[in-house]
Amino acid sequence: MLLALDLALILEKLVLIVIVVMASLVIAMYVTFAERKVAAILQDRRGPNRAGPFGILQPVADGLKLFFKEEIIPEFSSKFLFILGPSMAMLTAIMTGAVVPWGDHIDFFGRTVSLQIADVNVGILYVFGVVSMGVYGIMIGSWASNNKYSLLGGLRAASQIISYELAMGISLIALLMVTGTLSLKEMVLQQQQGWWNFCYQPLGFLIFLICAFAECNRTPFDLPEAENELIGGYHTEYSSMKLGFYLFSEYINMFVSSVIMSTLFFGGYDLIPFYDESAWGLSANWMAIIGLGALMAKVVFFLFLFMWVRWTIPRFRYDQLMNLGWRILIPLALVNMLVTGAVILLKQNNWHF
Amino acid sequence: MSITEILFWFLTAMALGSAIMVITSRSPVHSVLWLIVTFFAISGHYIMMNAQFLAIVNIIVYAGAIMVLFLFVVMLMNLNAESEPQKNRMLQFAGLLAGGCLFLVILASLMKATETSSMVQLGSGNEGLIKNLGKALFNDYVIPFEISSVLFLSAMIGAVLIGKKEKAEHDGN
Repeated sequence: MLLALDLALILEKLVLIVIVVMASLVIAMYVTFAERKVAAILQDRRGPNRAGPFGILQPVADGLKLFFKEEIIPEFSSKFLFILGPSMAMLTAIMTGAVVPWGDHIDFFGRTVSLQIADVNVGILYVFGVVSMGVYGIMIGSWASNNKYSLLGGLRAASQIISYELAMGISLIALLMVTGTLSLKEMVLQQQQGWWNFCYQPLGFLIFLICAFAECNRTPFDLPEAENELIGGYHTEYSSMKLGFYLFSEYINMFVSSVIMSTLFFGGYDLIPFYDESAWGLSANWMAIIGLGALMAKVVFFLFLFMWVRWTIPRFRYDQLMNLGWRILIPLALVNMLVTGAVILLKQNNWHF
Repeated sequence: MSITEILFWFLTAMALGSAIMVITSRSPVHSVLWLIVTFFAISGHYIMMNAQFLAIVNIIVYAGAIMVLFLFVVMLMNLNAESEPQKNRMLQFAGLLAGGCLFLVILASLMKATETSSMVQLGSGNEGLIKNLGKALFNDYVIPFEISSVLFLSAMIGAVLIGKKEKAEHDGN
């Protein structure tokens, strides 16, 4: 046989991939709507309320508008790279969902289906690799626009993302020392049995959260698209759905980083800490649904935090941004790593020096 | 052909093809982008050899950080296909000769190597898994590992020093 593969397994994974991708897209769509509503509440307005009841069709209308807008490709730009930019941004935003455990497992006609696309043993490093790829979408697009404001925005994005990736990585090392595994699934299982990682790594979580804001180009770190300095930043020359891709990938990134934060620090699909939910004696399918609900509740909280910060805190200046990244977050993360390592060593030695 | 062999040949073709594109494309930005594709193909090879950690670190460090800086510099210097200097015929010929000689030497040494026909064992071995790799690095190879980290540190300090010096001169004027 040419390709001896388990067809059912491939089918199962394909279905899972389609569901995860579609779900991230739809959730990101409604995150744009939620952002406008939250902004409206914080600014004492009503927000979008014309399309459908309570305006819930607004994201569909926005999408349609972007599709029907005229598409302009600048004459002196590299056409292939100009299209590659937003595509890369979208691709890297969606790819992270592959290693996230969305729930434990479900029984489907006698078949145990794991609710995780791939349980790779370098899970968290995979996430990190995809995040580090995310900068290319912005850089390629900004360069291909052949516009100096776009290029400046792209360069800002690149330097910002690289700077904050360091602190993010170091804060993750401390977490990995605590958990002793790179697989996201195993991390969740550990947290189900004991404390959530947030209890062990509060400072690590804070650093990770700040870096996640910076990696997503969210306010107060949205210098790459600072409209009062750079017109529109890296997507100045973009129009129609390619602009839509850039804006949309930001929301998918927000969603994905909320999922990652919940999984790493807040127990993923674990509903109640210090409590064994399997004592309820529910079937696996119900447990999976409850777990998914718990994960989504945490995600919604983080998404709200993203929006809350955006409409509360003004944008940093560029030197403040670099100072925060290099002079505060990286030393803090290093100290956190050293202290964590020392405590773990002490614990292994039964608390004797 | 099994699926690993198909993947192997696909990745090999991708690595070699994109590597050739790196040196033949006129625009430096395209060269950098093709180099990133090459790194991805090589990471694919690492995964086939069951060295997942090496594969992902190759992507994070080389494709994700170093190539971003390359791209950064190329974009800042505004190098385009039009501004690329054309070398004269003699130089091109000399380059061809030198490259050909190097190729001959490599080919000759490969021919002399004892195991010429055996392929790398794909999908087996667990030395590349992160647990075993960490143990090997920090037990068997701890001194080379630490020495190379000191080398990196000195390179970093050197870079900072160069940056500082220029700034001091600038302030002096």
